[in-house]
Amino acid sequence: MNFMESNTWRVKVGLAEMLKGGVIMDVTNVEQAQIAERAGACAVMALERVPADIRKEGGVARMASPKIIREIMAAVSIPVMAKVRIGHFAEAQVLEALEVDFIDESEVLTPADEPHHIWKHDFKVPFVCGARNLGEALRRIAEGAAMIRTKGEAGSGNIVEAVRHLRAITSEIQRLTTLRHEALVHAAKELQAPLELVEWVARNGRLPVPNFSAGGIATPADAALVMQLGAEAVFVGSGIFKSEDPELRARAIVKATTHYNNPKVVLEASEELGEAMKGLDVRQLEEKELLQTRGW
Amino acid sequence: MKVGILALQGDFEAHAKMLARLGVEPRFVRTVAELTGLAALVLPGGESTTHLKFLREEGLWDPIRQFAESGGALLGTCAGAILLAREVKNPSQESLGLADLTVVRNAYGRQLASEIRFGPTKLRAGPLQMVFIRAPIIERVGPGVEVLAECDGRPVLVRDGRVLAATFHPELTDDPTVHEAFLKLARNGS
Repeated sequence: MNFMESNTWRVKVGLAEMLKGGVIMDVTNVEQAQIAERAGACAVMALERVPADIRKEGGVARMASPKIIREIMAAVSIPVMAKVRIGHFAEAQVLEALEVDFIDESEVLTPADEPHHIWKHDFKVPFVCGARNLGEALRRIAEGAAMIRTKGEAGSGNIVEAVRHLRAITSEIQRLTTLRHEALVHAAKELQAPLELVEWVARNGRLPVPNFSAGGIATPADAALVMQLGAEAVFVGSGIFKSEDPELRARAIVKATTHYNNPKVVLEASEELGEAMKGLDVRQLEEKELLQTRGW
Repeated sequence: MKVGILALQGDFEAHAKMLARLGVEPRFVRTVAELTGLAALVLPGGESTTHLKFLREEGLWDPIRQFAESGGALLGTCAGAILLAREVKNPSQESLGLADLTVVRNAYGRQLASEIRFGPTKLRAGPLQMVFIRAPIIERVGPGVEVLAECDGRPVLVRDGRVLAATFHPELTDDPTVHEAFLKLARNGS
């Protein structure tokens, strides 16, 4: 794909590269942002309500108010991300004008456009998008996403969906690397993704952008699990500030993400943490309560 | 010759790929024990505040300074250069102080100011491609520091003894010039 050679694209993916191995934390005010930075977060996601509260309180979830985002940008030196509704390119234009460092076109907010995601090549600021499988990931990359994250099930405190999505993406990538060329054409049709991107993945055995994990990470061991399954960094939404001791938990998840391959360190990180967020059994949720089915 | 890459967070894998291209199999360093026996160490890009916290927590702070004092070569890119500097501004933060530099963080602005530029270098003929991502600026270089590359009249790649610091990301290009210079420095000391 031609866009992958452009300088704009390389600089967008470049910032995503810098976040690898790190933890990106949802924060709703300056105090939380400072706790996150002190705990070693490599970036923060500024939003008005964490997913668990969005789920509980209902109503339309929109882009956070520029005031909150601006205050957070002024309070920390690490990159600041913010979310827009799926397809809401005008919200994205506002965030770009505000100069946030990364935009998350997110299923956690109420979608603004059901069939259309944002054409992200129109922007200079990089985007991250959620995906449940390889086809979804490649469609988002074709539209210009510079980072992919699993959708998981946001605000659930339950890792099962993030694991499902990560395994789906990695096993589909693996399968592509074994296919003959004519079979890649068929795979592109089944994945509903551009053939050039399918060929790229088959040749390189990975996504052309960093692949992070989100949606249900609540403990240090959750972070170590998704990292061992191939995630390159983690997003933690409700898991930190809905727990008993956010600062301690934030530090512990950062530590476990760096040392994901070292169970002794993950054990250390897991001790004396207080209560994790309560969490939901995803199988008890009704179809209409799922966030991951937003977007396509 | 053994080369390590600090792998706490950031683009350490991009450095590993570049070194592998040059025939070096690097070791990822996350603990003090993994520093043993290294001739050279890369401090990669990433978030300097995150790296700083880990260097302290893992007890890597003093061992890395001792590594430099005992003749180990260091390459820091972007966040790595911030960690190596003597003084850091915007905001002021602790650093290893292994290169006589004053560095200003995020000095070009936020991500929208990130870009790819070209600048002259002493390392070879022709301009060097430079990927700047939320990059710092080297505001001051000490008297013993050699400027190896510039961009828009500012130093962006410098050498202080056996320490190389770049405010850009040579590991995100196809050009091995900076890493070759680093390996040469590690082997020969100049």
